[in-house]
Amino acid sequence: MPASLHLDLVPLLPELVLTVAALLLLVLGAARERVRAAGIVAPLTVLALLVAAALAGVLDRTPQTLLGGHFRFDAMAAFLKVLVFLGVAASLLLGSSYVEDERIDRFELPLLALFSALGMGLMVSAESLLGLYMALELQSLPLYVMAAFQRDQLRSTEAGLKYFVLGALASGMLLYGCSLIYGFTGTLSFTTLAQSFGPGSPAGVPTGAVVGLVFVIAGLAFKLAAVPFHMWTPDVYEGAPTSVTAFLAAAPKVAAVGLTLRLLMGPMADWVGQWQQVVALVALASMVLGALAGLVQTNIKRLMAYSGIANVGFALVGVAAGTREGVEAALVYVAIYLAMTLGAFGCILAMRRQGTYVERIDELAGLSTRQPLLAAALAIFMFSLAGIPPLAGFFGKYFVFFAAVKAGLVWLAIAGVLASVVAAYYYLRIVKLAYFDPPAEPFEPPSGPGLRLVTGLAAILVAGFVVLPGPLFDAAAGAAASLGPPAPTAPVR
Amino acid sequence: MSAELFLFWLMGAVTVASAVMVISAKNPVHSVLFLILCFFNAAGLFVLIGAEFLAMVLVVVYVGAVAVLFMFVVMMLDINFVRLREGFIEYLPVGALVGLVLLAELVLVAGTWAMREPTTPAAPALAEAVDNTRALGRLLYTEHFLVFQIAGLVLLVAIVGAIALTLRERVGVKRQDVARQVHRRPSETLVLERVEPGKGV
Amino acid sequence: MDGYLLEYLPILVFLGIAVGLALVIVLASFLVAPQRPDAEKLSAYECGFEPFGDARQRFDVRFYLVAILFIIFDLEVAFLFPWAVALGDIGLFGFWSMVVFLAVLTVGFIYEWQKGALEWE
Repeated sequence: MPASLHLDLVPLLPELVLTVAALLLLVLGAARERVRAAGIVAPLTVLALLVAAALAGVLDRTPQTLLGGHFRFDAMAAFLKVLVFLGVAASLLLGSSYVEDERIDRFELPLLALFSALGMGLMVSAESLLGLYMALELQSLPLYVMAAFQRDQLRSTEAGLKYFVLGALASGMLLYGCSLIYGFTGTLSFTTLAQSFGPGSPAGVPTGAVVGLVFVIAGLAFKLAAVPFHMWTPDVYEGAPTSVTAFLAAAPKVAAVGLTLRLLMGPMADWVGQWQQVVALVALASMVLGALAGLVQTNIKRLMAYSGIANVGFALVGVAAGTREGVEAALVYVAIYLAMTLGAFGCILAMRRQGTYVERIDELAGLSTRQPLLAAALAIFMFSLAGIPPLAGFFGKYFVFFAAVKAGLVWLAIAGVLASVVAAYYYLRIVKLAYFDPPAEPFEPPSGPGLRLVTGLAAILVAGFVVLPGPLFDAAAGAAASLGPPAPTAPVR
Repeated sequence: MSAELFLFWLMGAVTVASAVMVISAKNPVHSVLFLILCFFNAAGLFVLIGAEFLAMVLVVVYVGAVAVLFMFVVMMLDINFVRLREGFIEYLPVGALVGLVLLAELVLVAGTWAMREPTTPAAPALAEAVDNTRALGRLLYTEHFLVFQIAGLVLLVAIVGAIALTLRERVGVKRQDVARQVHRRPSETLVLERVEPGKGV
Repeated sequence: MDGYLLEYLPILVFLGIAVGLALVIVLASFLVAPQRPDAEKLSAYECGFEPFGDARQRFDVRFYLVAILFIIFDLEVAFLFPWAVALGDIGLFGFWSMVVFLAVLTVGFIYEWQKGALEWE
């Protein structure tokens, strides 16, 4: 390559691995027979994701912006990429036996997850409005297809269609907001935005750009499934194949929170007065609605949808704080949320009776007498989601509320505590069902080794977090610190 | 009024009017046709502001392909749209109220806007006169390399998604297998029998 | 009107003539021809029978698949135009940038060919 084409691709290595793997596996899968292709492509996809996660973990974390200022690699990107790629790999492992039983084990499913993971990796590295939008599209488009993947079932296609139409609307709002910001500031790059409108710059924030920012936040709130843009969530969670629901609930939320942090705490950090109220209100509404609407659910997938809405609310409390502690707390929260959600969906995917998967909450009755291990894992995840010490979920909530109080948002923290008390009811009800109710028929033992591995690992992480919390806190602190003033842009050529 | 201004108002009015017709036409096929009219006028507006490339893409991609796709979808779904509209009058007051609130908010925002002094830096103008297709080309493939490649991947996902969701393996269909045809040898299929005269096979 | 827009004048003239001609033809037949409608004349006519069924038939989903695959490659070609115009300015980097883009979509093409999405039956 000639010297004039200086193109530093090293920070892009995780994404490159995923891209090359996706392209090769696509050709490989198409060249093989239907059943055999899935058997080869799915493990290789997981392998590629693990390699990418490892690469993201070991790369040099000096902040650098490259590729025309659209991509930034720093400690925050590394932290979130490791989480996201591991989360996608784990949800693929979780669903491996489900897709076989439900006969959706076509090789496109893991590949679409791989493309989505690639989009998530680019999302958490986005350093321009254009990069943000395109990465978000690359992440969402496979999700729509995956939700509708059980194409002969009405509710799966309905889920896919609803998700797609509302997602397209949200993308439109986001893009409109981006164009307003671009129109009023004249730049797409986060770096330039931060420099032009940072502290001490003579120009105030243009009103038009603030209107644009609100549109962008609305678009992001949709992708996060935060109130008032949550209405697609329960239907999509319920209708999509359960393995896909596990995927939807885990990694994309982490990536979307990461993207929100990168946008709001990066170039917009000095506009905090403009967006703090909006984010705080969205967080409040999400926590309250997630807690209240979850109370009346009978389907466990719908319950997890409302649980997800509430959890995004808690993470957004950290964002709304608008401080470095807030960023750190939100990052810790999404990491813990990832483990809890994957584990909970591991238990849901084990609810199989006479060859069919059941989704009603009361099917869990008396689980402890027949399958004590599964019941114990379920109890760990539910106690953690409810925020009961000393499980991981408690620490996640504690730190976001702490950050909010420090930032002066006492009312938000109080509302959050109240909401989590209400939400604790439905988590604890599940534990009560599993331990104290007369047993229903037992479930078939979980078939796949992937399911047992991921659920067990998640249970150990969630329960054992209190023993060794240091590494996560250190990583999150390093990531939050890297959101400082952006590094100078390296020219493309 | 200059010709340019006249054309702007004409095409702008037709764009808005046809956009209204897209959502109010009873027959969905008419909606698609109005959509095409809307696209054409939007393309005309793009030409007026000098964005020739966008205008041509709008005609080639949207009119040429997307509108055709819409037509297929409309024909495929065979929905009775008249029945879908039955609740329209019922919900009209609520919808109108929401619309009015939004309008009031927009007016308020626009009000604060007008009072502010223009402080925003304008987008840097091009130093030399180049047509915008060339200007786009200069940026898209170098400065926006990453975004351009993501666009390629998004298109790839669209291919995979469309095929994964709609392609069905039909059973009992005889496909043409070119490789098998080419590799067929006369020795495998042809047997020469020497038939004695007067005896038959 | 500046020189740039004058380049588009022939198209405008063409559009004007097309619209004008269409109006003249419709109006002339409306004004000149005798109009004596009755119920039979206004009813839809199909080979001497009352028309049955909707004129719109349900299309096969395969039409949709072909159309969407067409759009994707249509978009790919749309990206080629600015690239071809600006190729002199963007150098080897720009050239390889497009080659990578095309390579990605070629993988998609291989996939759809292998899956048989381009075959009708």
